[in-house]
This record gives sequence, structure tokens and C-alpha cells, in this order.
Amino acid sequence: MSEATGAGSTEPVITPSDGDILVASGIRKEFGGLVAVNNVDFTVPRGKVISLIGPNGAGKTTFFNMLTGVYKPTAGRVVLLGEDVTGKPPHAITARGIGRTFQNIRLFQNMTALENVLVGMHARLKANLFNSILRTPGVKREEKAARERAMELLEYTGLQRKWQTTAKNLPYGDQRRLEVARALATEPQLLLLDEPTAGMNPQESAEFTAFVGHVRDERGLTVLMIEHDMRVVMGVSDRVSVLDYGEKIAEGTPREVQQHERVIEAYLGKAAVEDMKRQGLS
Amino acid sequence: MTASLADPPEVVGIRNVLRARWKALPFWYRVAVTVGIELLVAIGLFFVDRSLGYAVATAAALMWLRRVPRLPWRLAGELVLISIFLFAGVRSLAAALAIAFAVFWVPPRYRTWVLPVVAITLAVLYPFYAAKMFVIPVFGVWPDVATGVYMLVFIMMAVGLNIVVGYAGLLDLGYVAFYAMGAYTAAWFSSLQFPTHLFHFGAVGITPDLPGIHISLWLLLPLAGVVTALAGIIIGLPTLRLRGDYLAIVTLGFGEILPQIARNGDNFFGTGFNLTNGPNGITPLDSLGFGHGISNATHGFLPSNYLQCCNASVLGHQIQSTDVFFWTAIVLLLITVFCSLRLQYSRLGRAWIAIREDETAAAAMGVPLMRTKTWAYATGAFFGGVAGAYYASFKSATFPGDFYFNISVFILCMVILGGMGNIWGVIVGAAFLAYLNQEGLANTGQWLNSNIKVIGNMHLPGSDTPGLDVPLFASGIYGAIILVVMLFRPEGLIPSKRVAAEMHEGVHDDPLYDAQHAGSET
Repeated sequence: MSEATGAGSTEPVITPSDGDILVASGIRKEFGGLVAVNNVDFTVPRGKVISLIGPNGAGKTTFFNMLTGVYKPTAGRVVLLGEDVTGKPPHAITARGIGRTFQNIRLFQNMTALENVLVGMHARLKANLFNSILRTPGVKREEKAARERAMELLEYTGLQRKWQTTAKNLPYGDQRRLEVARALATEPQLLLLDEPTAGMNPQESAEFTAFVGHVRDERGLTVLMIEHDMRVVMGVSDRVSVLDYGEKIAEGTPREVQQHERVIEAYLGKAAVEDMKRQGLS
Repeated sequence: MTASLADPPEVVGIRNVLRARWKALPFWYRVAVTVGIELLVAIGLFFVDRSLGYAVATAAALMWLRRVPRLPWRLAGELVLISIFLFAGVRSLAAALAIAFAVFWVPPRYRTWVLPVVAITLAVLYPFYAAKMFVIPVFGVWPDVATGVYMLVFIMMAVGLNIVVGYAGLLDLGYVAFYAMGAYTAAWFSSLQFPTHLFHFGAVGITPDLPGIHISLWLLLPLAGVVTALAGIIIGLPTLRLRGDYLAIVTLGFGEILPQIARNGDNFFGTGFNLTNGPNGITPLDSLGFGHGISNATHGFLPSNYLQCCNASVLGHQIQSTDVFFWTAIVLLLITVFCSLRLQYSRLGRAWIAIREDETAAAAMGVPLMRTKTWAYATGAFFGGVAGAYYASFKSATFPGDFYFNISVFILCMVILGGMGNIWGVIVGAAFLAYLNQEGLANTGQWLNSNIKVIGNMHLPGSDTPGLDVPLFASGIYGAIILVVMLFRPEGLIPSKRVAAEMHEGVHDDPLYDAQHAGSET
């Protein structure tokens, strides 16, 4: 399982145990003849921030989409909290505890911030067609509680004053926050962030890094994120995994991964690495 | 070239250029030109039809009145306008204007509920004043009460379809199938269609030994809804996996299949079993009614038999059978609107809108796509079924010819014309199109033929009488209306804010599932 563990790591980072929130084994995805993700093993220990990095087209988002049920893996299994969820539809996986954001923000553009968060709560609410029409006391209570919880989440993400704003009218950074609030509303155990700081300026990125740390420490959430901004990755990750051409080439602490030869190769190219070696930099 | 910030933005496009030049003219000049044009139009039309000239003048006066900023002056203007019509002897128009002005004087805060209350009151009282209303230019007399029932039934269907199309964004081109299901369900259990069975339960106006199944129509209305909703679920489960155009094509297919079954159902799949009585349809149906017991207990307020109603006179108006059907239809429509509004602001309604906005994100937020869409489909089907059953009981008949594809499109037109997603818009759109279909086009045709000599005297090939048979062109006219709406106001007459934004900016609609995943949804 750990054949691709970072060289030079003194302690084995992957130890499949009860503490693992998600275990993916032998994940493979083919699109026609193209192998997007090839035989990736991956575990997410509880209460950590895990980063998934890799060059463009490495298969990171495809991997995410298989964890969340958007794609069905060609081969391999995804086990979430001890339950096999391979090939389950997205809503079922969300109900079982994965909340996610999207690389290109996919808010419900014409709904307000509050409504977006309320949709996120869908799986946690019980009102059905009939008692919604009758608006029974139970539904009223539930709806009121849901609104309060949604407002709390908006406050947590710093959007409480914009709860009535239509999502598309929010500034870019706020839209990213709202996506996180909406994902948190699904009451996840595992939060998947797909390039959350894309398009943010350095200050916003730094704020966001701190925010992810808060989510882990205050809410006890496990976070798995795809990220390109190395300052964010190095700043908050407990562990980093690297994908390249659909394969996991390294895994370890941020420092280990930073010095991993294949990672540098993947990002800079083989020639550059050899060049650096010749010059005695590596 | 770099424009400095102080420069006014460049005006582009011929319409905007003309508008900017018009705005640059002096105020009084603009007023004089506008009034001049309005007067010319009014006088010109006066020679075609006097009432039309008056109507244009009145409309212009109303437009100007809206712009009067000082309240006392506006009030005075309104009073003058009302008194002009009072002295001219058009009391109904004066009353209508007075009510309209009164509603506008209500502060916006209260208008949200004053408007519906006034509208409902006016609708309920309609049978009492329908015959006394003024004649509308071009459109002629106000619709009679039977047309009112027809309009209400179609409004109800449009509100039902709005749940499917407007809320959940599922294009359904076969809604007429649900209408037919409802009508036939009511017909089967309240007619002589199955003479070998004898089962009576609560039906009114028949002798106890009448063969066939006769269940009270009050029970059949919800039953028809439930049966239709079940049909909706059965049709929906395989089809709702499809998206957009594909879904539309499949629903179109179902909308064609069911009326064909109705048409050929007198020998059901060659078994000799007469299910639908084929092209002859099922007629007569039992009457709606509360029976003598309830009727006597309420001193005749609730009639015992709708079709033989009523021997009463209220406010100098002899109450007719159609009046009672009209009031019942209002109650049914109010229930429909109530359910629709409640659903719109519920967990399910939010999920529907989320699906319309972005299926992928909705699924990722825990909204089960299939189940949620199926609920939308079933709810829409339910109201279609109830409307079908009610209309069948009103006509006391159901024929396969009533359920053709053009009705599906007709109902869809109502939703689009009024404004998808906004229930008030849909009601207005449905009322207008249903009226046009039932009376409006015929009246307009009459007006055209008698007032415009060119049209009145022309001889079209294939027609024996001179003039233009306007209702013949109904589909073309609706098509033109929809075309114009789509070009100039794609969000409909009274749109929902959300749909308006979607129409102008589009939505995410990337497919969610790859091919092999398509079948594995729960």
C-alpha cells in the first residue's frame, strides 16, 4: 500500500487503522483509452489536513470526483468510515459525510447566500412533500433551526451580513467562502476543497490557510484539498500527496515532499533536476 | 485610444442612440410630441372603431396619470377620469377603474395581500356582474362563466406544469397525458363505462340500480390526482435520468402514446376489452354534488347536484349550474396555488431550484436528483390529473380528441408567456391564453371582419364565406405570441427574479454522470 511513500521518511505515514476516515485502494479511472488515474492508494487519517498536489492534468480533480461519486472508478474501492461507497451516487456519499467545493465555483448563482447554505443542509433535513404543504409544527421548527444553523455557518465564514445577497453578486473571495459554508452545511466528516485559493491574492490565501487550520482544530474536521499555492500547502498540511500522470509519486510531510526527487522532477522536468545536481544544489 | 474616466460612456446601438437623443430634447417638447402622437393614433382608430379610439385615449390618460408626481393632482385626475365614464353611462368601467386606483393607493407593504384578496373577491363575484360588464374594444364582451371554468381549469394545469418546468427546470412536452389520465380516471368510475359491474358509493343524481361503477366525484378528484401522480412516477423513473432535450423528446412521446391508447382503447390491445370507448369517448358522467342530506343541512348553500342546479336567485342573479362549477373551480385553484406556494419555500422547493441552477452541485450537496425530480414530476402530474377529472365532470364527458399534443404545447405556452417559476405570472398567462382560445380569438375575428373592410371582404381559398376565420389560425397566433415574448422578454410577462437572471446569463449545465454511471443511481 505504501510503495510510493516518500523516500527518506523515518516513520511510515500511512497506517490504515480505525483512525482513517477514508481509504481508497487501487483507484483507476479510464476515459476511453486515456488513463486519468492509475492504481492510486490513498488514506485520510482523521483530524488532519491532507493536501493533494501535482502538475496540471495529473488527475487530481478526477480523483476527487471519484471520491465524491461524480465518477465511478474503473477499478478500485473507496471506503468511507468503514463503508464501501464505490459507485454510490454523489448525494449518498454526501449524506455519509463528505462535503466538497468545486474548482470552478459552482454556487447556485441566483439563490441567496442563505439559500445556498440551506440547500447544503438538504440531506440533514427531514421535511417531505406532504408536511411541507401542511407546514406542520415539526417542519416549522426544523426550518427555523436550519435557518439559525445556516446563519451560524455564514457567520463562521464571515458572510453573516451578506446572507440576502444573491450568490453571483458576491465578490470572488466571498463566493469561495460561501462554497465552504455550503459544504460545511452538509455536516461532513471529511471536507474536500478543490483548489480553494485559486484566484485569491496572497493576503486572501494566507487568511484562507488560517481558516482551514481553524476548521480542523475547532470543528474537528478532516480536510483533503487540492492546492497549487505552495505557501498554503506548506503552511497548513499535515501530509502531502503528489500525483503525476495519474499515479501517486510521493507522500509525506510537506518538508519530505519538498525534497523528494520525483516531485521536483514532475514540476521542473528531469533535465532541470540533473542540471541542479550538476551544480550541487540538490 | 484611452478614454478618461470623466468621459460619458459611449452610446452604442441604434436604439440606444435614438433613446439618448430623445432624452436630450426639452421636456415640454417631448410631452407635446408624445401627446400629439397619442391623439393621432386615437383619432385614427376612432374612425375604425369608436370604442377603440376611446380606449387608446383612456390608456394614454392612465399612462400620464401614473407620471403625475403630486398626489392631490393624481387623485383629482383619477376622479375626473372615473366621473367621465360615469356620465358617459359606462358604470362598470368606472367601477373597474375605481377599484384599480384604490388598489394602487394602498401602500406597497399591504398591497402584497390586498391585491390577492381583491382579485379573489372579484373572481368569486364574477357570475353576478359578468353580463353587466362594458364591452372591451377588439376583444368584445367579457368571457361568460363557462369560459371562466375553462380558464380556471387551464390555470390550474399551468400552475401544476409550472412546478415541473418553472421550479425544477424539467421540460415536459407531454403534460396533456396527465390531463387525459385524470379525465379518464374520473370517467371510468362515474359512468356507464363498465356496465357489468355495479358499484355505487356516494354518487348523486342517479338511480340505485344504474349499472356501472359510480363513486362520488368528490372522491374521484383526489383519486384521479393520485392515479396520475403514480403514472407520473412510473413515466418519470426511466425518463428523468435524461437531461434537457432528451427528456423533452421522451415526454413528448408519452404525450402522444396516452391519447392514442384512449383513442384505440375500445378494443384494448386486441382483447376485446372496452377500456375507453374509443373515439366516441365516455359520456355522460355523474354529476358533482353534495347529495340531498348535506344540501338540506346547509339550506341549499352546498348544492345537491351540480348539473341540475340551482333553483335560487341571489342579488337578482339566477344561479346557474356553470356558476357552481365556477366557484368550485376557484376553490380547487386556490388549493393548487396554496400547495405550490408552500412547496416553493420548502426544503423540496429549494432542492428543485438548486437542480435547475446546477445539477452537479445540487447532487454534491446531498440532493438526490432522481427522487427530487420525480417528486416534481409527480406533483405536477397530480394537479394535471385533478384538473382533467374536474373538467371531465364539468363537460360530463371525455373524448380522446381533447388530449392532443397541441394542448401540451398550449399549457407550456401559458407557463412561458406568464413567466416560468412565478406563480402569479403563470396565472395571468394561463388566463389570457385560455380566454383567447375559448372566446377571445372568435371575438377578435368578428371585430376584424366587421370593422376592417379589407379583411371582412376578402375571400380566402377553401372558405365559402368572406372574411378571416381567426380561430383557424390559433396555433399560428400562439406561436407568434411566444415568438414575440421570447424575442423581447424571454423571462415572461411577470417573471420570477431568478428565472429572469438565468435567461439573461445562462446556467451551469455540464453533464454529471459519465456513461457507465448512468444506470446506477438509486
